Amino acid sequence: MIDWSWIAGHLDDIAFLTAQHLLYTAIPLAAGFVISLALAVWAVRCPVVYGPITAITGLLYTIPSLAAFALLVPVFSFSLLTAFIPLTTYTLLILFRNIVAGFEAVPREVLEAADGMGFRGRERLFRVEIPLAVPLMMAGLRLAAVTLIGLATVASILGSSFGGLGQLITEGLQTFFPTKYLLGAVLSVALAFAVDLAFVRLERFVTPWARARSESAVGPA
Amino acid sequence: MTAPAPSQRAATVEFDHVTKSYDARASASGAPGAVNDLSLTVPAGRICVLVGPSGCGKTTSLKMVNRLIEPTSGRILLDGVDIGTRDVTELRRGIGYVIQQTGLFPHQTIEDNVATVTRLLGWPKARQQARAEELLHIVGLDPAKYAKRYPAQLSGGERQRVGVARALAADPPVMLMDEPFGAVDPIVRERLQNEFLRLQEQLAKTILFVTHDIDEAIKMGDVVAVFGAGGVVAQFGPPAEILASPASDFVARFVGTDRGLKRLSLFRVAELPLTPVITARPGDNGTMIRRLAAGDPFDYVLLTDEAQRPIGWLHRDRLPAGELSVDGVESTTPLLDRRTTLKDALSMLLDADVQAGLVVDRTGALRGMIRLSDVADWMRHTGVRALDATERAAADAGAEMAADAGGETEDAVGAAGAGEAPG
Repeated sequence: MIDWSWIAGHLDDIAFLTAQHLLYTAIPLAAGFVISLALAVWAVRCPVVYGPITAITGLLYTIPSLAAFALLVPVFSFSLLTAFIPLTTYTLLILFRNIVAGFEAVPREVLEAADGMGFRGRERLFRVEIPLAVPLMMAGLRLAAVTLIGLATVASILGSSFGGLGQLITEGLQTFFPTKYLLGAVLSVALAFAVDLAFVRLERFVTPWARARSESAVGPA
Repeated sequence: MTAPAPSQRAATVEFDHVTKSYDARASASGAPGAVNDLSLTVPAGRICVLVGPSGCGKTTSLKMVNRLIEPTSGRILLDGVDIGTRDVTELRRGIGYVIQQTGLFPHQTIEDNVATVTRLLGWPKARQQARAEELLHIVGLDPAKYAKRYPAQLSGGERQRVGVARALAADPPVMLMDEPFGAVDPIVRERLQNEFLRLQEQLAKTILFVTHDIDEAIKMGDVVAVFGAGGVVAQFGPPAEILASPASDFVARFVGTDRGLKRLSLFRVAELPLTPVITARPGDNGTMIRRLAAGDPFDYVLLTDEAQRPIGWLHRDRLPAGELSVDGVESTTPLLDRRTTLKDALSMLLDADVQAGLVVDRTGALRGMIRLSDVADWMRHTGVRALDATERAAADAGAEMAADAGGETEDAVGAAGAGEAPG
């Protein structure tokens, strides 16, 4: 059933599509993170906007992905933008809520101490609040990244101008070539696991203090 | 404590008719206590303790000094300068701030935590680090062991020391301490208090110290402001004065019915006149000693060794006719150091067979004794004179207070040292 020789002959293409898939996940994730971070800072400073932002991002999240791509085709035709806009908006709900939760998890006394020692607003945000929100931010990023890897396969419905592992699946199904669509499916699942694992590693690397906390139970008295 | 003493810099802190009121809605939602027309002056280099029940406005008063809370009316002056006219960030960087839950940054190492304010002030990296190491030494934490750890890896007491070190980083003239030792167990608290008092002897900062614990207030304060309900200061003065003559029923209740005993903890054995003791050596003639002791009001003769170190008491009516010997000793008695507090001394006297405490020097040689009646007489005659209304007003203005507080510092430190006094 699996045509190994086809795989062997197309390793370059497969590697390219995998890299492309990763890139098409990273771009909306980065865009979604920047927007969500800004929204979260706003919501924490000004709590009345939290409800409306959650409602709007929630609404965007409920739009079926295929429908979203279809709706944007008349505006941006079959460009990358048509794919990137919905992919970005899908991350907003997850990222916004996680980043806000991250900010809210910063202990009050830490903020009070920071204010009392003369941190200015921006100094406090970048040196205290954001670093301490990192664990929950990373949880949101993991979730959003895995979601995006799945959605990016759907985006290949827009044709070969988008590409990614979804292209293998779509083309394989259209040409009744199991090797191609199974490979696309297996690689996208593997990519999701790999990215998830990478985020776990990254989180550990950037928050050594959080590990110190979990180890303190057996640490020095 | 082995590091060189930091420079001594302190400022006067003056509350001038300061009021903080909250509207009904804020009060209902659990806003901190209001403050009503607070006027008091903390002299430079002294510890002023703000004490009172919860919601009495003591923490509010503290937070108005670094403008975490802005007063509704009135002024606060640091060295005569209205803090309302100063840039709030610059003001805060010049005031040390220590809070109960420490507020250490969990994501930064101990070294980085201590260097927080020096980093904000833009000190060169090397100087920040050197200062952080120096401060860790000062608060009794070995930098080699602690500098690279995270707060979560420290015990409560160690974290609190780091909190103090962090507040001292830029050598601020004023420190605000909001229940700094409230979250640690009593034994650690006692040690932190003693260490802090010893540190303050070198630093001589102006310190505003909030607590709800009257014993801590008496121990730590050069002056104490007892806050009552509604953010009004019920009494302001040195601890001894508050204990000797509470200004109102509220203050009397707050300091407790054992305030006489609490006063005892403010004084040391060294301050009492010692009563001479009739002594004898093993081998002395009993009859001769009895003749010598005949006119003495005290019934006992003390047997000592050749270095004047006490061995034990002999009742003068039961002295043997011949040579005195160690076997004849009837009872022993507590040995007191000159730094022992009168409270501890009294407690030991009550437990002893012969109710006289022997005061010895460092070598253990006898200096004299104190009896229960000596303590009682001394407390009666040396009690702090109650101030009348006009004198109190003058004291509030801060003129007299500096002098009074000067006398009291020694006592507070003495009380702190008692724990370590050799027994």
